[in-house]
Amino acid sequence: MKKIITVVLLVIGSATFAQNKNAKASIEVDGVCLMCKSRIEKACLATKGVKSANWDVETHELKLFFDERKTDIKTIESRIAAVGHDTKTLKATDEAYAKVHTCCKYRDEEVQEDHKD
Amino acid sequence: MKYLLYIIILLPTCLISQEKIQGMIMEANDKNEHIGLAGANVYWLNTDVGTVTDLDGKFEIQYKPELYKLVISYVGFKTDTITVEQPKMIHHWLIPTDKLDAITLTARKQATAKSFLSATNVINVSSDELLKAACCNLSESFETNPSIDVNFSDAVTGTRQIKMLGLTSPYILIATENIPSIRGASQAFGLSFIPGTWVESIQITKGAGSVVNGYESIAGQINAELVKPFSDNKFFVNAYASANGRLELNTHLNTKVSNKWNTGLYLHGNLRDKKFDNNNDSFLDMPLQKQINLMNRWQYIDTKKGFVSFINFKFLNDEKQTGQLDFNPGTDMLTTNSWGSEIDTKRYEVSSKFGYVNADIPWRSIGVQTAFSSHIQDSYFGLNQYKITHNSLYANAIYNSIISDSRHKIKTGISYTYDHYDEFLNAQNLDSDYERTERSVGAFFEYNFDNLDKLNLTAGLRIDKHNLLGTFVTPRLHARYTPWEKAALRASLGRGKRSANIFAENQNIFSTSREINILNSNGNIYGLNPEVAWNYGVSYLQGFNLFGRKADITLDYYKTDFKNQIVVDFENPQEVNFYNLDGKSYANSFQVELNYNVFKHFDLRTAYKFYDVKTQYSSGKLEKPLIPKHRLFANASYETQRKTKGNQWKFDATYNWLGSQRYSSTLSNPVQYQLPDRTPTLATLNAQITKVFSKKLEVYFGGENITNVKQNNPILGADDPFGSNFDTTFVYGPIFGSMYYAGLRFKIE
Repeated sequence: MKKIITVVLLVIGSATFAQNKNAKASIEVDGVCLMCKSRIEKACLATKGVKSANWDVETHELKLFFDERKTDIKTIESRIAAVGHDTKTLKATDEAYAKVHTCCKYRDEEVQEDHKD
Repeated sequence: MKYLLYIIILLPTCLISQEKIQGMIMEANDKNEHIGLAGANVYWLNTDVGTVTDLDGKFEIQYKPELYKLVISYVGFKTDTITVEQPKMIHHWLIPTDKLDAITLTARKQATAKSFLSATNVINVSSDELLKAACCNLSESFETNPSIDVNFSDAVTGTRQIKMLGLTSPYILIATENIPSIRGASQAFGLSFIPGTWVESIQITKGAGSVVNGYESIAGQINAELVKPFSDNKFFVNAYASANGRLELNTHLNTKVSNKWNTGLYLHGNLRDKKFDNNNDSFLDMPLQKQINLMNRWQYIDTKKGFVSFINFKFLNDEKQTGQLDFNPGTDMLTTNSWGSEIDTKRYEVSSKFGYVNADIPWRSIGVQTAFSSHIQDSYFGLNQYKITHNSLYANAIYNSIISDSRHKIKTGISYTYDHYDEFLNAQNLDSDYERTERSVGAFFEYNFDNLDKLNLTAGLRIDKHNLLGTFVTPRLHARYTPWEKAALRASLGRGKRSANIFAENQNIFSTSREINILNSNGNIYGLNPEVAWNYGVSYLQGFNLFGRKADITLDYYKTDFKNQIVVDFENPQEVNFYNLDGKSYANSFQVELNYNVFKHFDLRTAYKFYDVKTQYSSGKLEKPLIPKHRLFANASYETQRKTKGNQWKFDATYNWLGSQRYSSTLSNPVQYQLPDRTPTLATLNAQITKVFSKKLEVYFGGENITNVKQNNPILGADDPFGSNFDTTFVYGPIFGSMYYAGLRFKIE
């Protein structure tokens, strides 16, 4: 319960914060390689209002900068899912996932293994 | 309820596990307080055995001896992999990633990397590659790189010039940390004034290059990043000795001064005091040399506020003596007793760099670079004296940002350069004093479009107002297109303009009995006009798999077209004439390069190069002298598997084959001083073995020109150096023959 309250408070805190032109966010997106990186970042940047997107192949961390007046995390996440990449809160549909290149099938353990080094 | 959930999560792991590890994941803080991180992922590398930390940051995970790499990740923090050897309690602090932003250093796997992504045709040479040749200075650092041709040492000064796309180094913009540094008076010997151990990495850009660094580059740009106090080894020593009597010592000392300041002191000394005349022409095969080179760097980093700064101080003193074996400077200087030469250079440099990045808006940054240098060369070559003092000031301010999003990047800024040249020479037909001041103010704008996919385009434009070159526009364009997988198709075009320092760049003319003439008189620079050239290039890079191993092939074609050039005409063996180009002058170059990883740890790099470099001389349109039309290059390197303590062997060999080169005409000489039309072909082989004992110590041993190829009579008229046919400019091959060396590197990280 305590945890839920904290989370809710945090969300409210950020939501009530003034609309930021250069809002910063960091979310986890699943993927394996540089091709994924380009796909993820492209999907983000194609979303109006996103200024910068940088996904780290190793940590799977996506750093975002966007204009809060034009877009929000949810929209960006749905764009990422639409090109086939899972985020912690939003899983890509099987149709979308099917479209990623065979070498990028990040849900497949064998593919993950291939990208280890 | 919560416990039930945990039990369900842990149940499958409990069933198989014998032992468990407990631990706590915390957020890193200055006081090392235990602030637990709830919800962090903890899992064994390459398995699906994992858990999530509870509200206090605690976790419990099954342990098996075969699993030893534990990965801890949490969004907003740097993912860590820790090695677990025993099932004991783990306490681990995760570092927030925003603290890392400015100082993230990436490890490069390939020693030489070609980019598949950037718009420019840029080759990055890492420090690993630089170690493949025990390069003592920057000019020797390119020996294992096919894009740069390293000439054989000059017969008198022993210096090595480099060439790119068939053009000599004055047409290449050579910068250290993006500040143009080897130019003007330092053009001739400047590369030997940057010790190899100071170089952290080199970026070679073929073709026009960026407008940010100025308008001077024509064939390409070379940037050398120097070692930095923050990231360089705490202590480093490199000692080198060669069988031809060259001794070198390099020491680096780096220390932290405060939280934000680091400083480094870098000392280089080299000495050659043994005289060699293996070809018995009475001339030293290589000069006697003494060099002291000192650099002090200060690095300031404040990652919280986004400030980075460097302040550098450099001092150089270089003394060379060369000429005949019995030459004694004390009694024979500027006399006809014996032919000799001394070249003394002193150089002082102060430079600073300042950068600011707003951590909340990381795409916006400001950089300001300033550099001041004073270069004094005092020299004589036989009876010819040459002195030059060059004071230079450079300032460049760059602003980086984006337009709407990071696919559209812009760079804009202003720059200022000031150069003062004061030269003295005692040539027969020329004035003895040349003094000139060059000043320029410029503004530049560069736009980069990257759709993160198939296209990357950089377009740049700069406008400069120069007191001698006038007001002019410098456009540069680079594009990369990826037509299919693992391929990059590049094109570039650009214009370059520069004033030629005819004496400083062609100092070999003083070691001849040629009469020096400048045939034009109405220009602003020695009576000559500025040099202007356009460079166009296309390049295709394709990566592929051959027998299951990685390979890539590059095809390059570049064309440099001179609108004006200062022609250096050696075609009359009694004269050297400088004049404005009247007609065509071009350099076309074609290169095929194939890199192949033959088997694990064994890499092969091969290249074929074709140069068509022609200039309209007053005697006709001729091939540029001493540039081979065809060249072959091969480099093989093999490393043994690195043992746990770093124990390793490294082997490296480089083969070069040069086709015949044209001699400038000697037809009007007496028969005994005539040379054939072309040189013979020649091949050289260099090899090096490095034994790494530990992270601290390695020793190396190597040989240059192992097959002992020699040019027999490098000096024309060596028997009569004060006669009318003395000429040292006809060097096409090695003078010394094979040379062996050994050295060691010791470092404390």
